[in-house]
Amino acid sequence: MIGATYALASILVFVTAALLILVGAVGVITLKNPVHSALSLIMTLFGVAVAFVAQGADFLAAVEIIVYAGAIVVLFLFVIMFLGVDRKEHVHVEPLVGQRAFAAVGVVVTVGGLITLMARSHWVTGAMSVSTKGVALASGQDNVKQLGTAVFTTYLFAFEATAVLLVIAVVGAVLLARRERALQSEEVEVEA
Amino acid sequence: MNVPAAWYLILAAVLFGVGSFGLLTRRSALIMFMCVELMLNAVNLTFVTFSRTLSDIGGQASVFFVMVVAAAEVTVGLGIVVSIFRRRSSTSVDELSELKG
Amino acid sequence: MAHFATLILLLPLVGYLAVLLNGRSMNESQVGYVATGVVGLSFVASVISFVLLLHQHTREVTVQLFTWISVGTLHVPAALLVDPLSITMCLFVTGISTLIHLYSIGYMHGERDYRKFFLYLNLFVFSMLTLVLANNLVLTFVGWEGVGVCSYWLVSFYFDRDSAATAGKKAFLYNRVGDVGLLLAMFLLFSHTHTLTYLSIFHRAGTLSPTIATLTVLALLLAATGKSAQIPLFNWLPDAMEGPTPVSALIHAATMVTAGVYLLVRMSPVLALSSSGRMTIAVIGGVTAFVAATIATSQKDIKKVLAFSTVSQIGYMVLAVGVGAYSAAIFLMVCHAFFKALLFLGSGSVIHSLNGEQDMRKMGGLQKYLPLTFPTFLIGWLAISGIPPFAGFWSKGDVLTNVFAHNKILWILAVLTAILTAYYMSRLFILTFRGTERFREETHGHDPHESPWVMTTPLVVLAVLSVLGGVLDLPWIHHDSLAGFLAPTFGYVAPTVAATTLAQWGLAAVDVCAAVIGLFAAFTIWRGISESPRFESSFFEHVWHWDDFYDATIGRPLERVAVFSDAVIEDKVIDGGVMGLAVGVSHSAEGVRKIQSGFVRHYALATALGVAVIVVYLVARVG
Repeated sequence: MIGATYALASILVFVTAALLILVGAVGVITLKNPVHSALSLIMTLFGVAVAFVAQGADFLAAVEIIVYAGAIVVLFLFVIMFLGVDRKEHVHVEPLVGQRAFAAVGVVVTVGGLITLMARSHWVTGAMSVSTKGVALASGQDNVKQLGTAVFTTYLFAFEATAVLLVIAVVGAVLLARRERALQSEEVEVEA
Repeated sequence: MNVPAAWYLILAAVLFGVGSFGLLTRRSALIMFMCVELMLNAVNLTFVTFSRTLSDIGGQASVFFVMVVAAAEVTVGLGIVVSIFRRRSSTSVDELSELKG
Repeated sequence: MAHFATLILLLPLVGYLAVLLNGRSMNESQVGYVATGVVGLSFVASVISFVLLLHQHTREVTVQLFTWISVGTLHVPAALLVDPLSITMCLFVTGISTLIHLYSIGYMHGERDYRKFFLYLNLFVFSMLTLVLANNLVLTFVGWEGVGVCSYWLVSFYFDRDSAATAGKKAFLYNRVGDVGLLLAMFLLFSHTHTLTYLSIFHRAGTLSPTIATLTVLALLLAATGKSAQIPLFNWLPDAMEGPTPVSALIHAATMVTAGVYLLVRMSPVLALSSSGRMTIAVIGGVTAFVAATIATSQKDIKKVLAFSTVSQIGYMVLAVGVGAYSAAIFLMVCHAFFKALLFLGSGSVIHSLNGEQDMRKMGGLQKYLPLTFPTFLIGWLAISGIPPFAGFWSKGDVLTNVFAHNKILWILAVLTAILTAYYMSRLFILTFRGTERFREETHGHDPHESPWVMTTPLVVLAVLSVLGGVLDLPWIHHDSLAGFLAPTFGYVAPTVAATTLAQWGLAAVDVCAAVIGLFAAFTIWRGISESPRFESSFFEHVWHWDDFYDATIGRPLERVAVFSDAVIEDKVIDGGVMGLAVGVSHSAEGVRKIQSGFVRHYALATALGVAVIVVYLVARVG
């Protein structure tokens, strides 16, 4: 794997993506200020988007930026500001005994195991998936077309289900946010 | 030749590890959420890599749905965090230990 | 014939059920007369069956009632065997029971549990008849247990008295120990002859090896000693005198205690196979007779004297069985029933007249106050002492003659016992009816009164029977006597005493001399006194310390075992084990509980470690 020569461009792209991702990730978990963590997250997401493009998933890269970095992280920032928790957290103190040690061990074992699994299994045969009936993966505009076709035909049920899920999520969020105010207004009506 | 898929997979695995370490170690609910997002992204990367390897658009479709669900999850989750914060004025999950014993 | 035989058995049961179900609405005398009536009718049925049996060619009638147990090779029918032995037993059991039921109407008058008494009495008669009429060992065992239970209920009839309750338990427990013997005998017989019906056992008896036969005989002997109060299981009988006097008369003199002898006689074909078994039986009988007689000489309570006298006389019967003189044993059983019941009922009459006093030291001079009790008691006394021509002389003489023919040493022991019998019975007679009046304190100056007709009539009837009873088996009549009647039932008939007539007269003379010596001694010693420490040995009075011996060797150790079991095994081992298990679970749960710390991060860590484990497993599988 390492012995073969690869195109320089793809190596560079990979390294960029990797750096962005890893630095951002480490930042998320180590920075004390939640706002800083959110910004690190954005960096990671950018890195992921780059990786997506390198793999030919153009549409998904776009969606990643728009939805994840643009909406979800912004929502995080809203809540952080709203709650006013942009103070620092005492990261160096760990009240639960042994948590960090065990966590490190568990994580290292898991990651190491996954990598070993990958190294030892023989899945790189170059064969293509059966379900697509031999149609190669398109890139560029055709990627959008192919993805759209798949979502609206093969995975239509999942699509509809996720639509319903979104409605539920919205209703849930509204209810969660509303509750206390509704009780207060009822009490006011009773007294008056 | 393109960089072999294995490198991206290793990257995704490491990202997943970092995300789970952060989830287990940080106390603030918001930071933990962000770590969950990291893990989800690692999974997405894996899916896309395999989609390229196997030439199957299904991998990308899966990523699409994962993103939708992640969005919905964040919405509701942050709503819960806000409700809890209203009672306790702290986002530390260590304080939510009333189900002990 | 079959109907009458069934009637004999079922009439007392009908009486029992009638009183049980209607008892509340019947008044005292109705209950008494119904109960007495059914037993009387049962006696009539016995007489009719007896007459019918005489005209049968084969004197052995089996009356099938219903199939009871039929499992594999075990077939136990509920059937009756009507043969000379069982008819004889039925006759005297129902006859004497009728008289005692009649007596009880008067004796138990006014008692709180009057109905209960007659219930138990009827149930007892039913059980005894089951025992006697059964054609197989299992049905006999049912009757055996039934009489044991009724005896327990009746002995502890005055249950609010501690001594009565204890006596009931003692009687039942000793009986139970004996029952083990009967069960063992049944097991042995069934495993070797594959049948439990008497007639079939007798047919196949020849197939039993000598060892098995001896073991069976010893097991049967154990059962007999329990039920008939012989050594080593005799000390329940004196305690059983706590029951009302009619109970002592019926159960502990005439019927239940003879059940053991009946069993041995019934199993005579099996006894015939084991000479060592028979020798053991004879020795037990002889020794018991002697020991009981010595104890009776020193008792102060009138009923206790009679109780030990019963043990002694049954010892004679067992001795007779041991030497093979079965018909002599039955003859003595029948005559003994007559005069012992008479003596007990008479003593009941005495006790009744003195308002419950049983201590002979507080009696005396009752001769002139009890004009019917006195002469009947006198007849009973003479009969048991062996004075001719009363029943006791003939029956005891028959036994002694047969014993002489087989074992001189046992004969000497038996003669000594006869002397003692005459002595202690005379002592009882003198202390109760003659001498100075010592009862004035107890009766508060009033004169004792004679008993009502319901109580004295049975006394008279029994007195007549005690006089004439000898007629059943006079030594010079061989064919039309009791012995001749019973002969076909015994597998082994003792050879008629080969002694010449001279020897018979000589033995008879010895018997009479023994009786006279005893009487004379008593009249000499007990002239004008009521207590004599020299002649009332405390060793004899305390039953040769037999009870204390059992208490020390069996009672106390078992009690210690029980206390130990309770303190250690129950508390520490069983409770400790069970509770320990529970406590252990509880403690471990306390420990396990700590896993639920309530911290989300702990739970998340657990999940992460779980994932790690799965990954490791997968790696191991792939690699």
